[in-house]
Amino acid sequence: MIPTEYYIFLGTGLFTIGVIGVLTRRNVLIILMSIELILNAVNINLVALSQYFKHVDGQVFAIFVITDAAAEAAVGLGLIIALFRNKETVNADEIDLLKW
Amino acid sequence: MLNFIWLIPVFPLLGAALQLFFGRRFSNRAVSAVSVGLPGLSFLWAVGCFAQFLRLSESYHHVSLYTWLPAGAFHLSNGSLVNHLDVKVGMQLDPLSCVMMLVVTGVGFLIHVYSIGYMGHEGGYYRFFGYLNLFVFFMLMLVLANNYVLMFVGWEGVGLCSYLLIGFYFDKKSAADAGKKAFIVNRIGDAGFILGLLLMFSVLGTARFVDLNKALASFAPEAGYGVLTAIALLLFVGATGKSAQFPLYVWLPDAMEGPTPVSALIHAATMVTAGVYMVARSSHLFRLAPNASLWVAVVGAFTAILAASIALTQNDIKRVLAYSTISQLGYMFMAAGVGAYWVAIFHLYTHAFFKALLFLGSGSVIHALSGEQDMRKMGGLKDKIPITYRTMLIGTLAIAGIPGFAGFFSKDEILWQVFSNGPALVYVVGVVTAGMTAFYMWRLMALTFYGESRVDAHAAVHIHESPRVMTIPLVALAAGSVLAGWIGVPKLWSMLPEGFRAFERWLAPALAEAAEQGAGHSAGLEFALMLLSVAVAGCGIALAWYLYQKKAPKTEPLEAAGWLYRGSLNKWKVDEAYDFLFVNGLAKGGGSALARFDNAVVDGGVNGAGWLTRFTSTISIWWDTWIIDGAVRLSSFLVKLSSYPVRILQTGSVQGYALVFVLGVAVVFGYYLTR
Repeated sequence: MIPTEYYIFLGTGLFTIGVIGVLTRRNVLIILMSIELILNAVNINLVALSQYFKHVDGQVFAIFVITDAAAEAAVGLGLIIALFRNKETVNADEIDLLKW
Repeated sequence: MLNFIWLIPVFPLLGAALQLFFGRRFSNRAVSAVSVGLPGLSFLWAVGCFAQFLRLSESYHHVSLYTWLPAGAFHLSNGSLVNHLDVKVGMQLDPLSCVMMLVVTGVGFLIHVYSIGYMGHEGGYYRFFGYLNLFVFFMLMLVLANNYVLMFVGWEGVGLCSYLLIGFYFDKKSAADAGKKAFIVNRIGDAGFILGLLLMFSVLGTARFVDLNKALASFAPEAGYGVLTAIALLLFVGATGKSAQFPLYVWLPDAMEGPTPVSALIHAATMVTAGVYMVARSSHLFRLAPNASLWVAVVGAFTAILAASIALTQNDIKRVLAYSTISQLGYMFMAAGVGAYWVAIFHLYTHAFFKALLFLGSGSVIHALSGEQDMRKMGGLKDKIPITYRTMLIGTLAIAGIPGFAGFFSKDEILWQVFSNGPALVYVVGVVTAGMTAFYMWRLMALTFYGESRVDAHAAVHIHESPRVMTIPLVALAAGSVLAGWIGVPKLWSMLPEGFRAFERWLAPALAEAAEQGAGHSAGLEFALMLLSVAVAGCGIALAWYLYQKKAPKTEPLEAAGWLYRGSLNKWKVDEAYDFLFVNGLAKGGGSALARFDNAVVDGGVNGAGWLTRFTSTISIWWDTWIIDGAVRLSSFLVKLSSYPVRILQTGSVQGYALVFVLGVAVVFGYYLTR
């Protein structure tokens, strides 16, 4: 079999890329995609560990996470559309309404 | 009634208190009712006490009210220890104080009644009656006191009321100045009185009249009687000030600035007689100090003739009467000076009647002429104000010493006593003055009532007799001026019953023994001298009649006397001399020193207090601005300062916030990994 650590590493790698994407990318759509990447990395971890512990809870939780990610993507897109209507931009660094 | 004798002064005191505190709200009628009713009540009470006293066998009656100045044991100047120095507020009713009390309340009451009419149209009606009642209170304290200290309270009080009443029209500068002058000159006399009183305390150990007389009877000092002369002279200085003798008479003519009832009551009948009363009270003392008594007589004589010489030429009707008062007071002191104390009091008593009458009559004339006081603008009033004319005629005859009227008996007795017991010069002065008195009084009558009218046209149309409230007192006083003398007829007229010589006998227990009837006490001589004084009076009147009525001149006939006339008209420049000697020096030097003191010290104090206030307020401002506000500003500054780093955290960049999340997670993660 493939050793579980490999899956963990994959998951960690994807998570890190996702986090860096969230923190660094300018375009809010890319930030959304990075958030999806984070969630998928978590899914990989969940499934791999479910296989390791021979417990099905991990996989069930992964289904929940997928559902959740889908809903969140919908809401996120709705937010971006509302934001674009107000600010005419999708650049994260131009949205500084909370600045002092 | 006698035990409540203290009510006699308290009634007018009550009136004074009511008027002076509340009188402004009362109507004139209410003021009149209270302020005339209360002295009237005093008079009735006095009559009652007198009647009761007559039936007592003792020669004096004391009512002691309370101890005013308690004193411990005290060493006299001769070393002996006395224990009875306490000064009590007490009243003494003896023949002398009876006479005075009746005169003050009786004549005072009549003058109060008169004032209702005279002052009816003046402002300050309640104030006038308040002061007048206050005066009666103090005068009664003076005459009823049983010791010198209480008498001095009344003495000062009447001086105060005199000041208040002379300056009644206080917005008139001359009146205000006259009030000041009266009070200041009086004060000079009071200084002498106090010194005499203190000397009396230290040498004789008492100020009560009764105890004093006992102490004097047993007084036998090694150092001689000089100290008694000193006490007597000092007390006489006080009398000089109060009773307007030379040199302290100058206030009385100026006192005519006050309303006429004031002149009648205070400066004719009562206050000015306080000095004579005091000397009579001290008769035992003066008996033992012959040098002082001589001085009293001489000063009295000099004053009498000096004042009469000024009265000859004066044109203001009240000034003539003022100088006449000074002159008659001189007569009283002449009598006291030669030891005839009862005669002095007798003249005081008759003088009260006719002088008050003359003053009130002159007030009636002034009232009729709408305020005119200059006799050159009077004349021909005899038929227009008949009651005033007739009563003043009676008063004039009384003061001139025409037989039958009151003044004759008293003045004649004075002249006889002076002739018998005093220096011849004093007698001559007395006779000459009597002639002058008759002259200037008839001159007054001639200029005022007889001849052609010289009244100003617009005053002439208003000439009217005074209302009854003013003429009834005039009539009453005129009756007194006739009848009052008949209780002191000389021994010469022994064909009359004893009752007619009651006055001397009545006063005898209260006074020192009269002097021995000196040489020449023959009935014939006395009768001859009586005729002489009547003749002199008659000549005075005749001369005045001739000069002013027979010749009916257009100008003052006395002007023919040249410098004598001018000197007399200018009061012999005595006031000017005083101004030069004392007043200017004190006013300018003292005044400027006082002004400098006032500016430097008093104003300096006030300014200093203001500066201090401003200074403390400056400190207060600094504190408030820098410390208090500084604390507030400091706190806001600190908050602002601490906001800089915090502000940096609020970038508005969501990614930045997310970075912080991640870092936080990393920290927590690291912590748990390395635990």
